[in-house]
Amino acid sequence: MHIPDGFIDAPVSAAAGVLAIGGIAVALKRSSRELDDRTAPMAGLVAVYIFAVQMLNFPVAAGTSGHLLGGALAAILVGPWTGALAVSVVLLVQALMFADGGLSALGLNIVTMAFVTVAVAWPVFRLLVRVLPRSRGAWTGASFVAALVSVPASAAAFALWYAIGGTGTYAVGTVLAAMVGTHVLIGLGEGLITALTVGAVLAARPDLVYGVRDLLPRPELRPATRAAEGSPA
Amino acid sequence: MSTARRGLWAVIGIGLVVSLALAGIVSFYASSDPDGLEKVAEDIGFIESAQDSATAGSPLSDYAAVGVEDPRLSVGIAGVVGVLLTAAIAFGLFLWLGRRHRAGAGSVAAEGAGSP
Repeated sequence: MHIPDGFIDAPVSAAAGVLAIGGIAVALKRSSRELDDRTAPMAGLVAVYIFAVQMLNFPVAAGTSGHLLGGALAAILVGPWTGALAVSVVLLVQALMFADGGLSALGLNIVTMAFVTVAVAWPVFRLLVRVLPRSRGAWTGASFVAALVSVPASAAAFALWYAIGGTGTYAVGTVLAAMVGTHVLIGLGEGLITALTVGAVLAARPDLVYGVRDLLPRPELRPATRAAEGSPA
Repeated sequence: MSTARRGLWAVIGIGLVVSLALAGIVSFYASSDPDGLEKVAEDIGFIESAQDSATAGSPLSDYAAVGVEDPRLSVGIAGVVGVLLTAAIAFGLFLWLGRRHRAGAGSVAAEGAGSP
C-alpha cells in the first residue's frame, strides 16, 4: 500500500506532510499517557516486528499480494498514540533506506497507514472488548475484526487522496471500488496476523496488551506493578 | 529486578529473535506479485505516473543489498539491517519518551487504557 512519488500531486502530498507532522506532534504528547515500564520497550518491539512482517507479502487473488499494515496491532499492543508513532517509525525507515514508498509521499503514507488504520482499529477494538465476554478468545477475535476493517479503511483513504490530488484522470469511483475490494482480501491476512500475534502475547503476558489492560482481573495486575514501582499511595 | 520485569524482557527478546528470522530468512519466500495498490494502479492505468523515489539509489533500495549476487543473501541482509535500524530508532525513541514522562510529572496516571 506504500504510495510512490507521482501518484498524488505535490500540493496534496505537501498538505499530507503537514498533517503527518501535526499528527506526530500530537502523538508524541499524548503517548506519554500510554508509555510506562511495560509499553515503552513493547513499543520498540512492535515497530521492529511490523517492519519484519511488512517484508512478508502474502498472495491474495489474481497476481496480487498484500502485507501487514500494522496499525491495528500496534494500537492494541501499546496504545493508539504510541502505536501510530511506531508505524510512523517503520514508514520513515522504509522511505529513507529502502525506497519503499516515495519520499515526497511520506506524509501521505504516514497519514494513510499509521493514523487512519489506528483511528479505525482502536475504537472498533475497544467497542468489541467492552461488549464481548472477558476472555482471551473474545479479545483475539476482536483484534481480528479491528485489523480486518482497518485495511479497506486505509485503502479508502488512498482513494480520497486520489480524488483531491490524483495525477491520473481515472474516475474516483473506479479507484475507490478497486482499492476497497482488493484490500478487503488483504484485510483478512491483516486480521489473521494480528490475531495470531495478539493471541500469543495474551497467552504469555496479558498485561502487555495495552488494549485490554483495564479489563484484566485485578490480582493479575497488582503484584507486578507493586514489585516494579513500589506500592502506590 | 523482579520476576515480572525479567518476563517482560524475555518477551521482548523472543519478539526480536522472531523479527530477525522473519526479515532475515522468511522474507525470501514472500510473494513478489504487485501489492494491492500497485495492482489497482496497473489495472486502472495510473501506474505510469509513479516516479522513482529520491532514495532509489540507496544501497538497500527495494530490499536488496547492493553488490550481493545471491538473492537469498541480498534480501536477508536488507531485512537484518532494517530490523537493527528500526530497533535502534524505535527503542531509543520510546524508552526516551517513557523516561522523560516519568521524570517529568508523576501526577498523570499511566495505568489503564485511556481513550485518545
